[in-house]
Amino acid sequence: MAETVDARGLSCPQPVLDALAAMKRLGSGTIEILVDTEASKENVARAATGSGWRVENVAENAGEYRLTIAKP
Amino acid sequence: MRSRPGRETAAFRQSRRDEGGAVKNSFATRWGIIGVGLAIGVLAPLLQFWGNPGNMGVCVACFERDIAGAVGLHRADVVQYMRPEIIGFVLGSLLAALAAKDFRPRAGSAPIVRFLLGAFAMIGALIFLGCPWRALLRLAGGDLNAVLGIAGLIGGIWIGTLFLRGGFTLGRSQQAPAAVGLVLPLVMVLFLALLFLYPAQEGQPVSGVLFYSLKGPGAQHAPLVLALGAGLIIGGLAQRSRFCTMGAFRDLLLFRQTHLLCGVLALLVAALVVNLALGQFRLGFEGQPVAHALHFWNFAGMVLAGLAFALAGGCPGRQLFMAGEGDGDSAVFVLGMIVGAAFAHNFGLASSPKGLGPHGMEAWVLGMAFCLFIGFAMRKKA
Repeated sequence: MAETVDARGLSCPQPVLDALAAMKRLGSGTIEILVDTEASKENVARAATGSGWRVENVAENAGEYRLTIAKP
Repeated sequence: MRSRPGRETAAFRQSRRDEGGAVKNSFATRWGIIGVGLAIGVLAPLLQFWGNPGNMGVCVACFERDIAGAVGLHRADVVQYMRPEIIGFVLGSLLAALAAKDFRPRAGSAPIVRFLLGAFAMIGALIFLGCPWRALLRLAGGDLNAVLGIAGLIGGIWIGTLFLRGGFTLGRSQQAPAAVGLVLPLVMVLFLALLFLYPAQEGQPVSGVLFYSLKGPGAQHAPLVLALGAGLIIGGLAQRSRFCTMGAFRDLLLFRQTHLLCGVLALLVAALVVNLALGQFRLGFEGQPVAHALHFWNFAGMVLAGLAFALAGGCPGRQLFMAGEGDGDSAVFVLGMIVGAAFAHNFGLASSPKGLGPHGMEAWVLGMAFCLFIGFAMRKKA
């Protein structure tokens, strides 16, 4: 079961900080991150790949994005 | 950190299984942001060449200050002009966001705090005499005082990152009706209409409801069409690339990320080359255009501005671009900057080439106290 980080409505750089905190806490596994701006989606993806995580999937619904990132 | 259970999944449309699915906007790539930095770095010195004040091709703080003067919020007669560049930034950003289906009206994240952060950011910037964009452009024009300003900016951002690491947040915004996101762009349309309805009259300080400078920086401006066109181009490019001068230094300090910094460095290099080519480069501390050589206050002014920008989540340019893409909270920050400019000139808080304003020191202390209070008080519970 993936952990979900809800960063919707948070302004820059909060979504990245929350995502990085989850990555650090879990170390590996799967994390879902919810954001509601394209900029946050890009920033979180950039931070995830920069931290050695892989963006497995990006899903969109009505202006909201759910990024699934994973690290074995 | 907030974590919530997984949301309803069926409604989500799936996209590609790689980073490309998240960063498919070519302007937001490394080369994209470098290209945008180069474009701004070329356009800004050209605007100076076409008539804008020295080392002020594009300065968000100075130009919003001029707009405050144009509509009579302050009566400093040398800094009154309805700057088309600012109008272009917002409308260019709006058009780019609409074209990319990235117009997202939202609001409700600590508006009063954002308003005052905007006001104090402006006061800090006017103590230095420029926003982060102008600090870079001043350096690219040879003004070594900008080194102190940029160091102060980084210092203020560094303090901001300490608060961010400690859990600082202005809280969540909410989705809002489209009208909320359109308010600031509509204000800019009104400003543009006023500019066309009441153009400058030769030798007259007032035209209709607009005030115009007859001397000083407010009297120096590029032709309207060129200034508006440059503003529209920069607004569109910066919205797509998320260009942010404060973010460049913040991301480096906070995440060791250099993505935005590449764009900022590209701006600096391009502006330096164009200034050299146009004969606009003059190295030194003394006698620089619209600048003073008080090293401590050049540093301290930008510490205040940098801290306020870091707490608010974007440099003044980025706030304009976010306002254009529908962010009502950024629009409140922009209005705070305009009102802050009015206060700065009505009450002697702003510097001038002669030096610090008569009440600049007190305003700086008040601004730092406010930012530190907000930084400590608005930390989320673990």
